[in-house]
Amino acid sequence: MPEDPKPKPKIDLNRREMPKQEEHIRSHNFLEVALGYTSELAMAEARRCLQCKKPFCVSDCPVQIKIPEFIQAIADGDFAAGSRILKERNSLPSVCGRVCPQEEQCEKHCSLSKRGGTIAIGRLERFLGDWEGAQSEMALPEAVHPTGKKVAIIGGGPAGLTAAADLIKAGHQVVIYEALHKMGGVLYYGIPEFRLPKTIVDREVDYLRRLGVEMHTDFVVGKTRSMDSLLEDFDAVFVATGAGLPWFMEMPGNNFNGVYSANEYLTRINLMKGYTYPRNDTPIKRHKKVAVLGGGNVAMDCARTALRLGAEATIVYRRSRTELPARLEEIENAEEEGVQFRYLTLPVRTIGDDRFNVTALECLKMELGEPDASGRRSPVPVPGSEFILPFDSVIHAIGNSPNPLIPQTTPGLTIGKKGNVVIDSETGKTSKERVWAGGDIATGAATVISAMGAARKAASSIHEFLMS
Amino acid sequence: MVKILENKMIVPNICTITVFAPEIAQSVKAGQFVILRVEEDGERIPLTVSDWDVEQGTITLVYLLVGKTTQRLATFTANDTLATVVGPLGNAMEIDRFGKVICIGGCYGIASIYPIAKALKEKGNQVTIIVEARSSYLLFWQKKLKSVSDQLIVITRDGSQGMPGHIGKLQTILAAPGTPPDRVIVNGCNYLMMRAAQETSPMNIKTIVSLNTLMIDGTGMCGVCRVTVNSSTKFACVDGPHFDAHEVDWDELTQRRKAYLSEESQTMRSSQAQ
Repeated sequence: MPEDPKPKPKIDLNRREMPKQEEHIRSHNFLEVALGYTSELAMAEARRCLQCKKPFCVSDCPVQIKIPEFIQAIADGDFAAGSRILKERNSLPSVCGRVCPQEEQCEKHCSLSKRGGTIAIGRLERFLGDWEGAQSEMALPEAVHPTGKKVAIIGGGPAGLTAAADLIKAGHQVVIYEALHKMGGVLYYGIPEFRLPKTIVDREVDYLRRLGVEMHTDFVVGKTRSMDSLLEDFDAVFVATGAGLPWFMEMPGNNFNGVYSANEYLTRINLMKGYTYPRNDTPIKRHKKVAVLGGGNVAMDCARTALRLGAEATIVYRRSRTELPARLEEIENAEEEGVQFRYLTLPVRTIGDDRFNVTALECLKMELGEPDASGRRSPVPVPGSEFILPFDSVIHAIGNSPNPLIPQTTPGLTIGKKGNVVIDSETGKTSKERVWAGGDIATGAATVISAMGAARKAASSIHEFLMS
Repeated sequence: MVKILENKMIVPNICTITVFAPEIAQSVKAGQFVILRVEEDGERIPLTVSDWDVEQGTITLVYLLVGKTTQRLATFTANDTLATVVGPLGNAMEIDRFGKVICIGGCYGIASIYPIAKALKEKGNQVTIIVEARSSYLLFWQKKLKSVSDQLIVITRDGSQGMPGHIGKLQTILAAPGTPPDRVIVNGCNYLMMRAAQETSPMNIKTIVSLNTLMIDGTGMCGVCRVTVNSSTKFACVDGPHFDAHEVDWDELTQRRKAYLSEESQTMRSSQAQ
C-alpha cells in the first residue's frame, strides 16, 4: 500500500452553528434572523470538509457549483479566490446561501452526513457572498469580446437574473424587462426582509448591472410591448415570468376583508415596505389573530411576518408536522418565535360580519389515511367534527399558478394544462422560434435554485443557438 | 422615471395629468389602465388612460383627489418626474358594431368614457353619451365628448345644466320613444355603475361596467382586486376591469373598496398635519 504523504486528518463532526438573533427579540423586528458566520467560524467549518475526490455535493447542486474548491479557499483564508470560484457558477451567492434548500441538495449526500456532521455548505456560500459584498469594490470577471447578439429577458427574478449573468459573460447584449418597480421578482416581493434583506438583492442586481446588463423596470411584456415586437429587435427571448397567479382554497368567504393571498400579504410588506406604514404609503391592517393556510415556506414567511406585526399567528395545516413541506429550519424558526400550529385541521369556510370583515374560520378535524401519490399520508376528514376558530385575518399560502400575461398575449407559444409554458426540459426551448423559458413559468411554483438551474440550461442553449 | 408634461386641476377636486410614455401611448386601447407611483415610498394606484397621442408619445390620466397619494400627485408640475407609470394593463373594452350604444360617465368616468365612445363611434355605432355631476361647475371635456358622440345628455343634481336629478333619470331616457340601446357602458364611481345597472336590468340591456378596485401590481400577482361576477371570483386586473354589470356582486364590491378606509383617513390626517 502506498504511503499517505500527509497524516490522516482527524474527522471533525462539529458542524458550526450560525449565530442567530434571539427568538424573543427577533419576533418583534424585521432584521435578519440568521447573523452569518464570522471569518473564524467559516474557516473552522471549511476545514472540516474532507475534499472528496468524487464530490456528491456538486452533482446534487442544480447549478453545479465547484463546492470543494470554494470551501478549500475558505479554509486557506483566501476569500477572494473562493468568491471567484463560487461566482463562476452562481451569480447570486448571498441569495442562494440563504434561501436554497441545501438539506435537499448539496448537503444531502455530503460524506459526513451519515455521521451527523454534514458540512454547512449553504452557510459557507452565504459567508463568501456577504464577504465579497462587504468589500469596497466587487471584482468583475474579465470582459469578453462582444458577439453582437441581443437577448431579451422577460422577468427580473432568480431565473431571469441567472440567465442574464450567463449570457452577458458569454459576450451577448442582455436586456431585462421587469413588470414591477424593483428588480428581483420573488426575492423582492415574496421573501421577507428577515430572511433575505433587500439590500442583498439590490447588491446582487447591481453586480449584474455593472457587468453590463440593461434593466427596464415598470415594463410588462405582453402589455407594454408584445413578444413578437421584441423578437424584431432581439435575436432570442428568455421568458422567466414566474408563478404569479395566487390560489385560494375553494371554500366560501374568500372575499371578506382580511382575507389575503400570500402574494398580496407579502407584497404589501416586502415590496411596498408596509411594515414601515405610515412612513411608506401602502397601508396595512394591524390584525390581532391571523390564520395562515398552508404548510410550505411561504406559509412560514406569512406567519412569521404577521407575528412581527404584533399578531398572534397560527398555521392551519390539514396534515401533521412530518408532512409539512417547509424547510425544517423555517419550521423551527417559526416554532421558536411563537407561531402556533394547528395540525390535522381543514378550513372549510371563512366567516365574516355584516361589515364584511373576517371574524372566524370554520374547520374540520382530519386523520391521516393511506399514503398518496406524493408518498405523504393523505388526510381524511372526520365526519361531524366541524369547529370554529376566531380570527380577524386569513392568509391563503397554498401556491401559485404560472403568470398568465405572456401565455395570454403570445401567439405560437404552447401552453400546458396548468397554464405553464411548455419547454424542452434539457434546453428550455419553447414551441416558438427563438423563444426559451424557464423557472416557475414552465414548472409551476418551485424553488429559487431550481429556477436558476433551468435558467442556466436555457442560457447555454441560447448561447449555442446564437453562436451557430 | 416618467416625465410630467402637464398637471392641472380642471374642476374642483379633479385633475388631469399628461405624461411622456411613448411605449404606453403606442399600445394602449380604450378601457385600459396604468399603475402609477408618485415617489419612491409611494403606493401603487390604478388610473384609467383617458386620452393619448401616439405621435407626441403622451398619455393623459384624470384623477380625483381622494387620499394622500392623489393629493401629493396634485402638487407635481410640468418637468417633475413620477417614480412609476406602468401599463397599459387590463383588457381593452370590447369594441364592435353593436348599433346603438349609450356611454355613461360620472366623476373621473366623464374622462375615461371618452376613448370608449370615440372607439365605438369610429366603429360606426350610434353613440349617446350621458354625463352626470352634482352641478354644472363639476363638468368638463364636454366639447371632446360631443365630438365623439351623436348626442350628449347632461344630468346635474341641482339642475344647473341639462336634466335635473341623478342617474335614476336613465329610466326616463330609456323609456323615450324609439328603439332601446343595444348596449350601455358605464364608467364612474361604484354607486353610479350599480344604479345604472339597476335601470337597464329590467329591460335586459347588456350593460358593461369598468370596475375600479384596489390594486397593487395590476398583473394578476396579488389578487386584492377580487370581485364576484356571476358567482365566481375574478381578478379585475387580468380578467377585467370590464364586466357585465348585471352579474357583478355590488355589495361585496362596495365593502371591499372600503377595506382601508380608516388607514387612508389616518394617512391623510398625518400628511396634512405635516
